Amino acid sequence: MIRDITIGQFYPANSIIHKLDPRVKLFGTIAFIFMIFTIKNVGGYVLTAIALASVIKLSKIPVKYMLKGLKTILFILIFTAVLNIFYTPGTILFEYKFIRITEEGIATAVKMAVRLVFLIMGSSVMTLTTTPNHLTDGLERSLSPLKRIKIPVHEISMMMSIALRFIPILLEETDKIMKAQQARGADFETGNVFRRAKSLIPILIPLVISSFRRANDLAMAMEARCYHGGEGRTKMKPLKYYRYDYIAYLIIFLYIAGSIILNHFAPL
Amino acid sequence: MSIKLENINYIYSPDNAFRKHALKDINLVIEQGEFVGIIGHTGSGKSTLIQHFNGLLKPTSGYMYYDNSNIFDGHYHLKRLREKVGLVFQYPEHQLFETTVQKDVCFGPKNQGLDEQECMERAGEALKLVGLKEKYWKKSPFELSGGQKRRAAIAGVLAMQPEVLILDEPTAGLDPRGKNDILNQIQKLHQELRITIILVSHSMEDVAKYAGRLIVMNQGRIFFDDTPRNIFRRHEELEAIGLAAPQVTYIMAELRKKGFDVSADAMSVEEAKKEILAFLGKDA
Repeated sequence: MIRDITIGQFYPANSIIHKLDPRVKLFGTIAFIFMIFTIKNVGGYVLTAIALASVIKLSKIPVKYMLKGLKTILFILIFTAVLNIFYTPGTILFEYKFIRITEEGIATAVKMAVRLVFLIMGSSVMTLTTTPNHLTDGLERSLSPLKRIKIPVHEISMMMSIALRFIPILLEETDKIMKAQQARGADFETGNVFRRAKSLIPILIPLVISSFRRANDLAMAMEARCYHGGEGRTKMKPLKYYRYDYIAYLIIFLYIAGSIILNHFAPL
Repeated sequence: MSIKLENINYIYSPDNAFRKHALKDINLVIEQGEFVGIIGHTGSGKSTLIQHFNGLLKPTSGYMYYDNSNIFDGHYHLKRLREKVGLVFQYPEHQLFETTVQKDVCFGPKNQGLDEQECMERAGEALKLVGLKEKYWKKSPFELSGGQKRRAAIAGVLAMQPEVLILDEPTAGLDPRGKNDILNQIQKLHQELRITIILVSHSMEDVAKYAGRLIVMNQGRIFFDDTPRNIFRRHEELEAIGLAAPQVTYIMAELRKKGFDVSADAMSVEEAKKEILAFLGKDA
């Protein structure tokens, strides 16, 4: 149930995608997200779908596991689709009192839904195949030019990696607290919206308290090991590009070029 | 009011890389009024096992019966089961949330559908049972000390007046005095209220002192299920799975090896003392 949330979690497997340098994956993901929102025709969607499917296949992450992650955004998906269907002006297909469905509405709804699915799956491939440590390293290195203009890149990426690292821990904690309260007869499943919202209090209060406790412990442990930010800090395993990283960059550029060409020249 | 498990298997995340076969073919009967200790390594399946006793986890395969009814047949009222089988998790003080200790203890009885008056009475009784003085009842649970919080949390489960009380390492992180106090209270509950106690612990000494029956878990299976004395006699096998008998058992075994005619199965310092004094021909 609550453990089904897979966004931001790492999935261990031995695949080429796991081995790629995090900078490649970051760049690839950003390029992918950018291309998703510039798609203009069916050809673009097909190319993107093929690209995404191949990456997922290569990453050796079970498709079932990826789809489970989508379940959590199902609500947002349906919500945006419904809004798009009913509120896009255009050629009317169906009209009943105040309900009006347009051709353009349906088209936009489908497009947006597909894009959202691509977006979530694309970015979860990155987090699923990259450990939080690696991801931070990649981010820090990619953003390091910004240090010149006094942006605390190291600190920002450290915070991000801690946040990512804490997602599964907090989920586990929530699960534990839920069970403990269930053991005391708490009921989260029945009753109207207000009763259910109220039944969350016995979970939320202990959860907030434990988050503070954990944050405090972590800060203490970091300080005890003389952590003092990015200044002069060296890496145990500095990032290094290998041959497959360059090949990956090449493929990403080919994908970008392919998308642009399709956007401008594809007939559909 | 027996708990009966039949061929229970439990697998976490069965269809991805996080798959873990946590319980393997567990068969177990626990009768009303027993004091059972469960011991085992971290990751041996203890916590998974006890969550089956009150239906928080549904076995991947196998059957779990309480009082001879199958609790997963679809009709069984799991909420009722959880009133009868109280489960105190590890670090139960992390689940406190109300504004006062008393209100927090009332949470369970309130979920049972009791009225205000009854809830308060139950809470009072439970708090007395765990030995928390009345001056703390109106305080916020977050103002209490670690040991007091732990007691308040245990009272929260006791207030539901369960027939079976399961405690997952109730003394973890407490000082020796707080530890003894809590274990003695639990023993009192067992003796005076005839509640079945299932105590998960890492300490052989504690289990030896209190439990009449000991279940040793190893890699998801029941490794031993016998009286503590019988199990500690086979301490070599316990060591092979990374556990050990109480220290005093080893001392007695060494003494025996050195030619002193003392019984080697003393489980507590008191027993050992009696044995040694008897050997020396003195009164205890």
